[in-house]
Amino acid sequence: MSGPTLEQIAKGDGLALCAAGSWTARFAPALEKLVGEAEKLTGSRPNIFIDVSQVSKLDTFGAWLIERLRRALTNGGHEAQIAGLSANYATLVDEVRRVKPAVPLPASGSALTAVLDGIGRNIYGIGETLVALVDMIGAVIAAWFRVWRHPSKFRLTSVVHHLEQVCWNAVPIVVLITFLIGCIVAQQGLFHFRRFGADVFVVDMLGVLVLRELGVLLVAIMVAGRSGSAYTAELGSMKMREEIDALRTMGFDAIEVLILPRMVALVLALPILAFLGAMAALYGGGLVAWLYGGVDPSSFLSRLREAISINHFIVGMVKAPVMAMVIGIVACVEGLAVQGSAESLGQHTTSSVVKGIFFVIVMDGVFAIFFATIGI
Amino acid sequence: MTSTTAMPITETPTAAASTSADAIISVRDLTVAFGSRRVLDGLNLNVARGEILGFVGASGAGKSVLMRTIIGLVPKVSGTIEVFGTDLDSGDKERREVERRWGILFQHGALFSSLNVRQNIQFPVREYLKVSERLLDEITMAKLTMVGLKPEVADRYPSELSGGMIKRVALARALALDPEIVFLDEPTSGLDPIGAGDFDELVRTLQRTLGLTVFMVTHDLDSLHTACDRIAVLGNGKIIAQGTMADMLASQHPWLREYFHGKRARAVIG
Repeated sequence: MSGPTLEQIAKGDGLALCAAGSWTARFAPALEKLVGEAEKLTGSRPNIFIDVSQVSKLDTFGAWLIERLRRALTNGGHEAQIAGLSANYATLVDEVRRVKPAVPLPASGSALTAVLDGIGRNIYGIGETLVALVDMIGAVIAAWFRVWRHPSKFRLTSVVHHLEQVCWNAVPIVVLITFLIGCIVAQQGLFHFRRFGADVFVVDMLGVLVLRELGVLLVAIMVAGRSGSAYTAELGSMKMREEIDALRTMGFDAIEVLILPRMVALVLALPILAFLGAMAALYGGGLVAWLYGGVDPSSFLSRLREAISINHFIVGMVKAPVMAMVIGIVACVEGLAVQGSAESLGQHTTSSVVKGIFFVIVMDGVFAIFFATIGI
Repeated sequence: MTSTTAMPITETPTAAASTSADAIISVRDLTVAFGSRRVLDGLNLNVARGEILGFVGASGAGKSVLMRTIIGLVPKVSGTIEVFGTDLDSGDKERREVERRWGILFQHGALFSSLNVRQNIQFPVREYLKVSERLLDEITMAKLTMVGLKPEVADRYPSELSGGMIKRVALARALALDPEIVFLDEPTSGLDPIGAGDFDELVRTLQRTLGLTVFMVTHDLDSLHTACDRIAVLGNGKIIAQGTMADMLASQHPWLREYFHGKRARAVIG
C-alpha cells in the first residue's frame, strides 16, 4: 500500500490538486497534514479541481478529508470541485457530505471557577446525603413495622443467607485481626509501663480498652469495609440492571425484600463479631503478657477480674447494633444512588465505605460523651 | 508516484463466492469444546470479500461461539482460522494487525458505560492513530451521521440512550477505524420492526459505500431476507447448509424447512 500524496498542478486559470495513493485511516496523520497545508491555499486562481482519480483506496477518513478540503476552499472564496470519483466512492463522499460541522464542546470555565463549582457542589451534596440517610432510616423503620404486623412478610431465608455472608464468613478474619491488635496493645503497654514498674496495669488497660472501645470499633470498621461495600455493590448492580424496578412492578417493596433482611443480618452480626473480637483481643493480650511480660495466666485473670466490671462490657456491646445500623443505612443509600455506569458503581462503593467508617467513629464519639455524662 | 501504480478503484463485491482463494475469512476444521461438550466439530466456512453473510442456527447451537472464536475470545481445540490470509495463530503482532482491520458489534452494544458517546467512538481511534482533536471530532460526527444519529447524541452517556440508539452507537464504534470486516451479533434483536428495517438498510448502505464484509449472526428473518447475500446454517457443530435465500427455501432439510417455512417465516416471506 502506498502512502497518500496531494500534488498541485497549475491549469490555465485554475489549479488541480491531484490526490493519489491510499487515503485511508492508516495514513490519517499524514493525510491531515497534507489537507491542512492545502486548505491554506490562497492563490488568485478561482477554480480548483480536486482530482481523486488516482486514489487507490478511500475510506471514511479520506473521504471526509477531501470533503473538508472542498469546504475550506469554498469558504475561502474559491470555486472548488471534486473530480474523478468512481461510482463506488461517489456514494461514500455523498455520505460524508451530509456531515454537519462538529458541534463545539460546551465551553468550560476557568480553573478557579471549576474549583469553586466543585466545592459548592460538594457542600450541597452533604445536605443531600443527610436527607437521603434520614429518608432511608424512615423507610426501614416503616418497613419494620409493616413486617411486625404481618410476620409472614418477614424473609427469614434471606436473613439467614446474609447472616452467613456477613457474620459466619467474617469470623476468621475478624478474630485474626483483633487477636493481633490485642497482642500489639499488650506488647506496647508492657514496653512502656515497665519503665516505671507498672507492668501489671497492662491488664487494666487491655481490659478496659478492648471491651469498651477497641473491640467494637475495630470490628465495625472491618464490617464497613467488608460487608458495607458488598451491600452497596450488590444493590448498585441490581439497580443498574433494572432488577429493582422489576421488583417494584411486581408489587414488591425493595426496602422490605432487599434492605430489611440485610439490615437485620447486620444488626445481629455485629454484636456477635464484636464479642468474638473482644475475646480474641483479650486472649492475644494475655498471651503476650504471659510470654513477653511474665504475667502468668492465673494472675492475669485475677487482675482482669478486679480491673473490669460488667459495665465495661455492656458499654461496648450496646454500641454494636447501633453501629451496624449506621453501616447498613449508609451502604443501602449509596447502593440505591448508583447510576447507569460502572464508574458510578465504583464511586458509590468507595463512598459507602468512607462514609460508613466516618459515621461509625462519629457515633463512637457521641457514645463516649453520653456514657461519660451518665457516669459509666 | 506515477499513475501506472494506481489500482483500479472499483471492486464489485461478489456474492455467493465461496472458494477459499478470495475468502476474507476462512475457517478450517474448527473444533471448540467446553469440557467434554463439543460445540463446534470440524466446522468449515468461507466468507467472501464484500458479502453480507447471515449466520443462523438454533439457540445454543454455537453461533455466537463461532463468532467469538474467530475474534479470539473463545479458545479453540483444533483447526485453523485465516483472516485476510493471515493465520490468527501466527503471532501476537500479526494478530493485532488483523484486529485493527475488523470491528465488532456485541449483542448488547458493550459500550463503555463511563464514557459518553463521543468518547466511546473516539476510543479506538485515539489508541491507534495520532490525529488532531479536530479531526477526531469531525470523524465522530461523520460516523454518527452514517449510522443515522443526530450530533446532539454525542455528549450523552450510554445509560441515557434507548436500545436502538445503543446499537447504532455501538455500530459507529465498530466502524470507527474503517474496518474491512464487521461482525454483528444479533444486531436487530430488541429493536422494533421499523428500527430493525432501518438497521438492515443501514448495513446494506455501509456495505455498498465502504465495501464492507459483514458477518451477521441473526434470528431475524427480515434481515436474512433483505440484507444478506448469503446464509449459512449451523447445526450439530457443522455448517449444514449455505447459499442464498432461494437455496434455503428450496432445501429439504427438516430443520431448515421448519425455520424458513414456519408460521413466522410465511408471514415474512409469503
